Amino acid sequence: MSIVLDLFLTFAKIGLFTFGGGYAMVAIIEDSCVRKKRWLTHDEMMDVTVIAESTPGPIAINCATYVGYKQKGLAGAVAATVGMVLPSFCIIFVISVFLDDFLEIKWIAHAFAGVKAAVGIIILDAGLKMVRKMQNKPFPRGIMICSFAAMLVIDVLALRVSTIILMLIAAAVSLSVFLVRHWAGKEGTGR
Amino acid sequence: MIYLELLAGFIKVGLFAFGGAYAAIPLIRDVVLSYGWIEDEMLTYMIAVSESTPGPIMVNLATYVGSTQAGLPGALIATAAVVLPSFVIILLIMAILKRLLKYPSVQAVLRGLKPCIVGVILATGLYMIFKNCFGGVPGFSPDITAILLTAALAALYFGSRRFMKNGISPIGLIGISAAAGIIVYGLV
Repeated sequence: MSIVLDLFLTFAKIGLFTFGGGYAMVAIIEDSCVRKKRWLTHDEMMDVTVIAESTPGPIAINCATYVGYKQKGLAGAVAATVGMVLPSFCIIFVISVFLDDFLEIKWIAHAFAGVKAAVGIIILDAGLKMVRKMQNKPFPRGIMICSFAAMLVIDVLALRVSTIILMLIAAAVSLSVFLVRHWAGKEGTGR
Repeated sequence: MIYLELLAGFIKVGLFAFGGAYAAIPLIRDVVLSYGWIEDEMLTYMIAVSESTPGPIMVNLATYVGSTQAGLPGALIATAAVVLPSFVIILLIMAILKRLLKYPSVQAVLRGLKPCIVGVILATGLYMIFKNCFGGVPGFSPDITAILLTAALAALYFGSRRFMKNGISPIGLIGISAAAGIIVYGLV
C-alpha cells in the first residue's frame, strides 16, 4: 500500500473513533503512529504535542499535518489531514440536514433542553482545568482576570467587540512587557 | 456573498484558536452570532452534538454552520477554512521556520494569548449557564426548572470526582442531561 493511502486510512480511522477531541486524541495518535506504524519516535511525538499547544487549531489536526508531512511531504500532509477530518465531516453533515426535523419530535426537544444545561458546565470546567495548568504568576493571572472581566462585560451588554480584539490586546501587552524588560535588561548589564 | 463570509469567518476562527477545542468555542460563537448565521440556542445544541460525535469540536461546528448556511459547498468551505491556518502554520514550522516557536518575541506573544483565552473560556461558560438559567440581561426571567437542573448536573459532575477516579466524562454528562431533560420537561 502506498504511504499516502496508508496515511489517509490511518488518520481516517483515528478521526472516526475518537470522541471529544483534544488530549484523548493525542493518546490514540501516539498509539497508532509511534507504536504500531513507527512513523514517529516517542520524542518526536512529544515535540508535536508542544508545537500543537503553541499553534492554533485542533491538536489532532496539527498532529496529522505534522506526521503526514514528515512521511511524504505536502501530499502526505494533505492525505493525513483530509483523512482526519473526513469521517466527522460526513457524520456532522448528515446530522445538520436532519437536526431541525429531529427537534420537531417532542422528547428529542426535551432532551436537548436538558443538554443545554450541561454545555455551560462542561465549558466552564474546561476553563477551570486550564487555570490549574497555568503558571501561578501575577502576569498570566492578571491577563486572565482582565480578559475574563472584559469578556463577561461584552457578553452581558451584548457589545459588538470581537474576542479576537481581546486576544490581540493581550498579545500586544505581553509583547510590550517583554520588549521593555529586554531593553531595560540590556542597559542594566551595560551591554 | 455567503461563501466568502464563511471562508473569512472560519479562517479567523482557525487562526486564533490557540489551546485546543474549547478555545474555539468563544470564537465560533462570536463569529456565528455577529454574522447572524444561527441562534445561540442552536449553537449550544451543536456544541453538545460535536462533543458526542467523533472528530475535533471546532471542525464539527464549522461543518454544521457551513451546511446550515450554504449546503454541501458551504460545509466544505467552512471546514476547509477552519483547518487551513493550522495546516499552513505547521507546514511553515516544519519546512522553513523550524525555530519559529523558540524566538523570545513569539514566546512573549504566546504568553499573552494563552491566559487571555483561559479568561475568555471561563467567561463564556459562565455566561452560557447564566443565560440558560436567567434568560440574559435584557429579558431577565429566571427559569426555575433550568436553575434546579443546572445545579443538580453541576453537583453530580463535580461531585463525581470525589468517588470516581476521573469523574463523569463530558459525553457522560451530556447523556445524563439528555435523559434528565426528557424526564423533567416531559413532566413539567
